[in-house]
Amino acid sequence: MNFPILSSLILLPTVGAFFLFFTRSEKQNNFTVKYVALFTSFVNFLLSIYLWILFDQTTSAFQFVEERIWIEDFINYKVGVDGISILFILLTTFITPLCILSVNNSIKERLSEFLIAVLIMESFMIGVFCSLDLVIFYLFFEAGLIPMFLIIGIWGGARRVYSAFKFFLYTLLGSVLMLVAIITIYWLTGTTDVIELYNLGIETKYQNLLWLAFFSSFAVKTPMWPVHTWLPDAHVEAPTAGSVLLAAILLKMAGYGFIRFSLGLFPVASEVFTPLIYTLSVIAIIFTSFIALMQEDMKKLIAYSSVAHMGYVTLGIFTIQQQGIEGSIIQMISHGLVSAALFLCVGVVYDRMHSRLINTYGGIVSIIPKYSVLFMLFTLAALGLPGTSGFVGEFLILMGAFKDNFLVAVIASIGVIIGAAYMLWLYKRVIFGKLINTDLKRMIDLNRSESIILTSLAIPTLFFGFYPDPLISTIEVSISDLIETYNFRLASKI
Amino acid sequence: MANLQLVFPEIFLSLSIMFLLILGVFKKNSSKIIQNLSLVVLLVTAVITFNETIGINEVKLFNNSIVIDYLSSLMKIVTLLATFLVLIISSNYLRTFKIFKIEYPILILSSVLGMMIMINSNDLIVFYMGLELQSLALYVLATFNRDQIKSSEAGLKYFVLSALSSGLLLYGCSLIYGFTGSTNFNIIANQLNSDEYAITFGIVFILVGLAFKISAVPFHMWAPDVYEGSPTSVTLFFTMVPKIAALTVFIRFLYVPFLNLIDQWQMILIFLSIASMLFGAVAAIGQTNLKRLVAYSSIGHVGYALAGVATGTNDGMQSSVIYIIIYILMNLGLFSCLLMMKRENQYYEKIEDLSGLSKNHPMLALSLMIVLFSLAGIPPLAGFFAKFYVFKSVIEQSMYFLAIVGLLSTVIAAFYYLRLIKIMYFDKEKEKYDTDHGFWLKFSLTFSTLLILVYFIFPSQLIEVVSRINII
Repeated sequence: MNFPILSSLILLPTVGAFFLFFTRSEKQNNFTVKYVALFTSFVNFLLSIYLWILFDQTTSAFQFVEERIWIEDFINYKVGVDGISILFILLTTFITPLCILSVNNSIKERLSEFLIAVLIMESFMIGVFCSLDLVIFYLFFEAGLIPMFLIIGIWGGARRVYSAFKFFLYTLLGSVLMLVAIITIYWLTGTTDVIELYNLGIETKYQNLLWLAFFSSFAVKTPMWPVHTWLPDAHVEAPTAGSVLLAAILLKMAGYGFIRFSLGLFPVASEVFTPLIYTLSVIAIIFTSFIALMQEDMKKLIAYSSVAHMGYVTLGIFTIQQQGIEGSIIQMISHGLVSAALFLCVGVVYDRMHSRLINTYGGIVSIIPKYSVLFMLFTLAALGLPGTSGFVGEFLILMGAFKDNFLVAVIASIGVIIGAAYMLWLYKRVIFGKLINTDLKRMIDLNRSESIILTSLAIPTLFFGFYPDPLISTIEVSISDLIETYNFRLASKI
Repeated sequence: MANLQLVFPEIFLSLSIMFLLILGVFKKNSSKIIQNLSLVVLLVTAVITFNETIGINEVKLFNNSIVIDYLSSLMKIVTLLATFLVLIISSNYLRTFKIFKIEYPILILSSVLGMMIMINSNDLIVFYMGLELQSLALYVLATFNRDQIKSSEAGLKYFVLSALSSGLLLYGCSLIYGFTGSTNFNIIANQLNSDEYAITFGIVFILVGLAFKISAVPFHMWAPDVYEGSPTSVTLFFTMVPKIAALTVFIRFLYVPFLNLIDQWQMILIFLSIASMLFGAVAAIGQTNLKRLVAYSSIGHVGYALAGVATGTNDGMQSSVIYIIIYILMNLGLFSCLLMMKRENQYYEKIEDLSGLSKNHPMLALSLMIVLFSLAGIPPLAGFFAKFYVFKSVIEQSMYFLAIVGLLSTVIAAFYYLRLIKIMYFDKEKEKYDTDHGFWLKFSLTFSTLLILVYFIFPSQLIEVVSRINII
């Protein structure tokens, strides 16, 4: 295995972005620009599928590892994947081409710049998911702020400046403490290599503070209650493609970070802080679900539902049960697909009516039937109906939670009901009911590219709902191994 | 006498200054020739320094009063090259204001000579001599646009405050001389007796003087006014070059004679560093003039550089040197952009003048954005690594408070850098600026932006260059 497949995955979108940068001209040829970007990201998707095929599911060791000296005697550029990270890479490469395909109507100006930002974003995100060195991880983790800041700020809605600043400063503030922790780990152990750190372990007396430093960064990114407030703002003001990137991929970095670093490096501290995570998760699930119930704005509603869903994810991760963590990862993948689809659905009606308010709509089921069917599918997936991928994740998480803490699991289950309530109510108010606003009659149903995007999101949602085995068998060994080391290290207190 | 070749760069530079002065006096309209010759002189001096002294381990000359080692050679080369770039991009600006005179390059060369002496100094007297030579040239440069009231005000203010700080510094020197019996750094190191509080007083006074020169809080008050009032090309010089020499003196003064008294001076440096970082970040938020904003931002950056010195370790000192080199690069990019904001012979320096720059001048805006993100310390740009190395050495010494305050102030500072990016990218465009910039201006912008952008691919090179500094 000499071909550096992971580095190619990271670099390819950047190369595409460079190509776009140098070919852009005064009168922009939007057609070619878009297809160059689409082509690049699609090739990247195929490459990641190839990676999945080559991936050996029977071992929890890191595969496709590449290592190069980067800063002498200090940091090595090291990437690799295991069962946990490969799915996130697939999600990233799958969502990005759909994002690019969706820019038809929503991005009117500076298209090539927008696509450059999206492609560079893809590079950084793949880098986050496969870096095996803390500093490299931090580098990619933070670098993602730049393109996202620009996407929200340049192409966003009315309050875009406020939202872009809030997004940037919140996440930067969370992350700087992580940088302190990373450097501290280097001085404690002499390395920032994740695999070596897994073997070495970190002394118990330092774990709590280090855990908190990492937590401060991941909690903002997740986002967990009470630092979730940047998310609705960022989502509402970002253009559709930006919301999709945010919800589908960016939010997953923190969940991934919790599994990879918080559990992997600080087992003792994770045990100590599990009650904190449980409390915050349960508050996120219940509290933000109620907030979502009251929203007038469709995008805001979905943004709050994202917070609630990520509440399940953090809950599942810290159950430290096989089912719980598997459920969290599947929930993240599923949320990646479903929330992306929901934002795109909102984007579809927004492009036609230029309103995101729920009460603008109503009774459009007979006007745009194809749209209504797909929207329903994703609504049901979001509330976790059996047969959709949302169910698998939620079910596994709750199962893991019941094993670990009965009370928390019961409260979280109540959240499922509220979740069903706000999603169904949203659907009812938008799609069914009396047609009052006569402007709606002029709406046209999905065009070809919109159908392609939504269908290609619907297929995996349904497929993994009925047959989640490809996902589970990919992550199974890695997770059982992770839990085993976790319990072993917990017992021996390192 | 064979050792004289080690000070050949300084000898060459002083002879060249005298020659250029005579040439300028006797030949009419010779400002262009002198400008070009000065550039050549700077380059030749840099080459001589590189050839004669870069490999030298440590040699002391003239009764041990000056020292030639890797630190001094490296810093001299950085000073000379930075000055070269400053001089080469400022000619258009000077022509616009009709102050393209022979004195300008000559004054800059004299202040560089002063800085080189400062960098070499191993003796309080020599150090003071270099400092004064440097400062006197800088006072005149600040007032160079003498028809403008603001420029004259800047020069006068700088002169008065700087003279005050020089007085404090000299008082500190005399205290140290009085209690150790020598002005030589090495002899002072041997004569140290930590029970003598007067020595601590002496250190404090000298640190105050140095902090003033490097514009660290709370001795920064002159910086915003002087930076705003001086001609932009001089501001560029102020923000970059004197800081190199002052930082070197900081390092040598604290590490050679007084390393054993680290308990006494470490707290002072930590305070200077924290105060500068926080104040630089907070005070820049309210600014509307770009040059003032740059002044506050440079105060903040000095704070980070001092954080490395405060560790008292070789690693920390090296990280400060890396910081100042990367900072110079970023400032060069920033000022190249400032010097490009010109329309019909007028330069614009208000923040609103950046409005919508990305529509009219996409490449200029992109470069400025990269520079600003780098100044804010966002990875993977060079500015991040500068901070990263500093905090790496700070945390090694378990100075967590300094590290956390420093990193939190980067978040505050990020706000005003983001604001500039917001104005460029999110706001409505205004009239276009001229695009017929000289080759060198474009070159320096491209050069600095590209280096900032691709630094993360080759981070080891700079570390390797700096890691040969060893003065402890």
